[in-house]
Order: sequence, then C-alpha cells, then structure tokens
Amino acid sequence: MNLETSLCGIKLANPVILASGILGVSRALLSEVIRNGAGAVTIKSISLEAREGHKNPTVIAFDAGLMNAVGYSNPGAAAAKKEFAGLKSLGAPVFASIIGQDASEFEKVAEALANLEFSAIEIPLSCPHTPGFGTLAGQDTPEKTREIVRAVIKKTKLPVFVKLSPITRNIGDVARAAEKAGASAITAVNTMGPGMIINIDAKKPVLGFRMGGVSGPALKPVAIRCVYDIYESVKIPIIGTGGVATGRDAIEMMMAGATAIGVGSAVHYRGMDVFKKICSEMSEWMYENGYERFDEITGAAHG
Amino acid sequence: MDNCKKPELPEMVKITKVVYENPYVRTFFISRKIDAQPGQFVMVWLPGLDEKPFSLSYAGNKTAITVEEKGKFTNALFKMKTGDKIGIRGPYGNGFTLKADACVVAGGCGVAPLATLIERLKNPLVIQGARSRDRIIFKGRFKGANITTDDGTEGKKGFVTDVLEAQLMKNKFSTVYTCGPEAMMKRVFEICERHGIECEASLERFMKCGFGVCGQCEASGLRVCKDGPVFQSEKLRTIKDFGSFARLKSGEKVAISDYARWRCQ
Repeated sequence: MNLETSLCGIKLANPVILASGILGVSRALLSEVIRNGAGAVTIKSISLEAREGHKNPTVIAFDAGLMNAVGYSNPGAAAAKKEFAGLKSLGAPVFASIIGQDASEFEKVAEALANLEFSAIEIPLSCPHTPGFGTLAGQDTPEKTREIVRAVIKKTKLPVFVKLSPITRNIGDVARAAEKAGASAITAVNTMGPGMIINIDAKKPVLGFRMGGVSGPALKPVAIRCVYDIYESVKIPIIGTGGVATGRDAIEMMMAGATAIGVGSAVHYRGMDVFKKICSEMSEWMYENGYERFDEITGAAHG
Repeated sequence: MDNCKKPELPEMVKITKVVYENPYVRTFFISRKIDAQPGQFVMVWLPGLDEKPFSLSYAGNKTAITVEEKGKFTNALFKMKTGDKIGIRGPYGNGFTLKADACVVAGGCGVAPLATLIERLKNPLVIQGARSRDRIIFKGRFKGANITTDDGTEGKKGFVTDVLEAQLMKNKFSTVYTCGPEAMMKRVFEICERHGIECEASLERFMKCGFGVCGQCEASGLRVCKDGPVFQSEKLRTIKDFGSFARLKSGEKVAISDYARWRCQ
C-alpha cells in the first residue's frame, strides 16, 4: 500500500517520523534511521551554546517504558551547522529541534540554523527534566507559547511545530495559542512526569538528575488522550508521539487525531528497523480493513 | 514484541574480591554471575556519582571488571573494598567472534575485553603491549604471550604492531582481534588490510544509555554500544571516525587525541 502523505506541505514517503532526542545526534545516524524506513527524522535539540547535560545514568528502561534525564546535551548551534550540512541528499525530510531559555535565545538558534536544509523547525516547550527549559521554566503556558512561537516565526520561512507537554493542564488551550501565533503543526507529546525510580538497595534515585521524563508504553494512553483533546481544539495537523511501537498503535494515534506519527522509545523495543515494521503493519491493517487513505483514519474516533 | 519491555536498570551487587594488577589497575570481582560473550560490557553505577561502561575481564562464575584509575569515577571505585556494593546493568553490545588460528593484539588496558576471548580461543598467538613493566596487566594469565614494552623493561622493547608485522611474515592467521588505544588499533587494522587478514577491533566511545537509543556513542552512523563495541573489517572500513574522531559528552565531535585527553579527567 502507498503510505505517502503530506504534513504542512512537506511530502513524506510515510507518516512515521523519528522523534527528537532519540538517535538524532549526527547526520550519519539520521541517514541510518531513514534507511530503516522513517518517513522523516528530527534531530536532537540544539541550544545556542554547547551543553553537557546531566550525569549518568541518563537513560534507563523500566517494565512499562523508558525514563530519561539527558538534560539537553548538545554541541551548540555553531557545531550543529557543521554536523547537519547537506541534509537534502539524505532522501527524507529532516526537522530541526531548537531550544532556548527565552524567546530571544530561540530566535538566535533559529537564525543560526537558517541556511541548513531542514524542512521544518520543532520547538519543544515541554522538556520535564532540564532547569531553565521546558516545563521547568514554565514554557508550557499559552502566554509563553505565543511569545516563543511568534519570535521563531519571525526568523524562519519554514513550518514551525510546537511540541507540547502531557502534564500541561488544558493542553487544548496551549495548542490553540500555538496555532493562533502561527505554528504550522503540533507535536504531541513530550515525555511525561518527571517521574522517579529509586533503587532500594542503594537507597538512591537511579537517574543522575534523580527524576526524568517517562516515555514508551506507560505514556501511550496519556498521549492518545492529549492528541484527542488537541484535535478538538485546533485545525493544524498533529504529529502524534508517545508510546507508539506497532502499526496498531500508530492507527490508534491517527484515530485520536494525528496526521503523522512520532516514534522514539520503540527503537529499544523493536530495533532500529521499527520504522519499517510499523509501516508494514499499518498498511496490512489498512488493507484488511478496507482503508485506502490516511484522511479516512485521522480523527476517526471523534464524534 | 521483539524486545518486550526489557528493563535496563542497575542491580546492586557486592564486590567479592579486589585484585591489584599493578599500581594503576585493579580487578573487581562481583557477586553476580554474568554469562557474556568475550568483548561485551556492563554499565557500572556508583549511586549518586555517575555511571560508566566497562568490559568484562572475567565472565561466568567469576565475573569481574578490570579498571585503570583515571578520573573522578575510577578514583571513587578504587576506594571500594570487598563487601561494598556497586550497580551493574548489562551485558551489552555484541562480542568477538571465536575463530580458530587467531592472533590477539592487546595494548594497555585493552587486554581487559580480550582476556576472556584469549581463554576461549584454541592456542591463539597473544601479543600484549604496555608502556613499561609495572603497567602489564594479568601477568602469567596467558601462556606464551609475547610481551612488548615501550621502554624495554619487560619482553621486547617496542610496539605490538612491530611484533604483529614480524609474525605475519612467518605465520598465517584467520583473524586478528585487537583492543587498546585507538591509534594502535587503527595501525593493527591497516596492517591486517595490507595482509588481507580479517580484523576485529573493540571501540570505545562516551556512552549514555548503553542499549542503542540515545545515539551518544555514534561513530560514523554506527552505535558503538549496540552495533559494536566489536567491529569487523567490513564495518571498520566504513567507520571514517575510526582512529580520527570521537564525541565529547555534549555530542561535539573532536579529534580522537582531544577525546582521549578529556576522558582522563
């Protein structure tokens, strides 16, 4: 089955997108992910200056998902310009992910990456484990969302995606604020929490930052509900992200309202070729159930 | 699912014995038995401090890691005694293949992941190098090992690569297994390429998750923690970073010599 689709005018060979924060540290690794079937890929978030991030352990897996507190380690905007040169030849759209402590920092990173061949810019206003950024800095309110989206839009011609937090109260209001400020799509959702896992024999939290964002299967029902709420609130497309690991999960996310699907933690559960696997399972399900196009599925659970 | 909900959490284990290999290197035996392939590694957690990867220098009934004191983390580990607890998760990564008629080339601490390989292989030729006599690890563990030291204080004065070249003139090997400083491994690989011999090298990069999702240890598109740490000639030829570049904790790619200096902090 043909899985081609379009997101904000960007042509995708399929709707399964590598979510930010997983594997996206280098052009070469993005290329591997595309070879493994991703319809588009998102880089690991870039800040203006280099950041070392938190101490290890930074990523762990528990019986119902993954938890991470990487703390936005990244080489900074100048190094990212070298790392992500020549993206067109990768064969699938690459989305930038940029972060800042305030609107002006977001602007500067957007400017710094402007001449690269990204197809869109994602701005996560929702990281739950890095002081100064995301939910820990209050970037998930409608007011801050409006301010930051407006600032970034002034500096780029690319579509801007806003990544929201599942812990935000009234997530539909934040999505509406993003849409009104000019965002082209909503990515929903970031990891939830923060949560904590304590090793009782060591009497210590396991993560170096003590707490971290929860993703994977534990996040999925929350993500589905968030996408459902957002679909009722905005007209712009939604990239449904959170615990999707199979074709059935992806269809469920679409029925909640997603146009495209973000995949991250499932790389742990099913390997780097999870993208291919999800695509073939989606097309199998669609064939068996008589669906030919995604727009027959997106939002089907509403009403 | 393929890897159904596999938890990757540290388990606290007791240190059962500490062996002083030399003034700079100690072997820590642990209470948990880990059946690992030669070349696989574990993540070692010191609660509240940090977590780092170490290859297993002994596996099975007597499981151990062998550690050189280099920075803050190994400093803290060296203060630990029998009965103290450390966190362990793994084993991770692939491992070495087990080919007959092999040669094993070890440099410095690189002998740690090769030790269980040497013991599993049938009569391999072992070439083990160290800077000087007091830096040799596992003295007497491998029968008939060809020792080299940079300063000639033990064995042959010179480098492991000199001995490898000389051996290749008179002997045939199916495979050369190697671990050590990356510049040394690169030379070993180049010698193997010249002689048309298979090579397997165990690479080291700064790691975070250890199970292939974060991308931190990426080398030319391959994950050292999951696709490696052992790479065969076919892959080594494609890894442009091999012997040249590695990433700092921020993800910044720097010259391998700068990376090595940073890792010693």
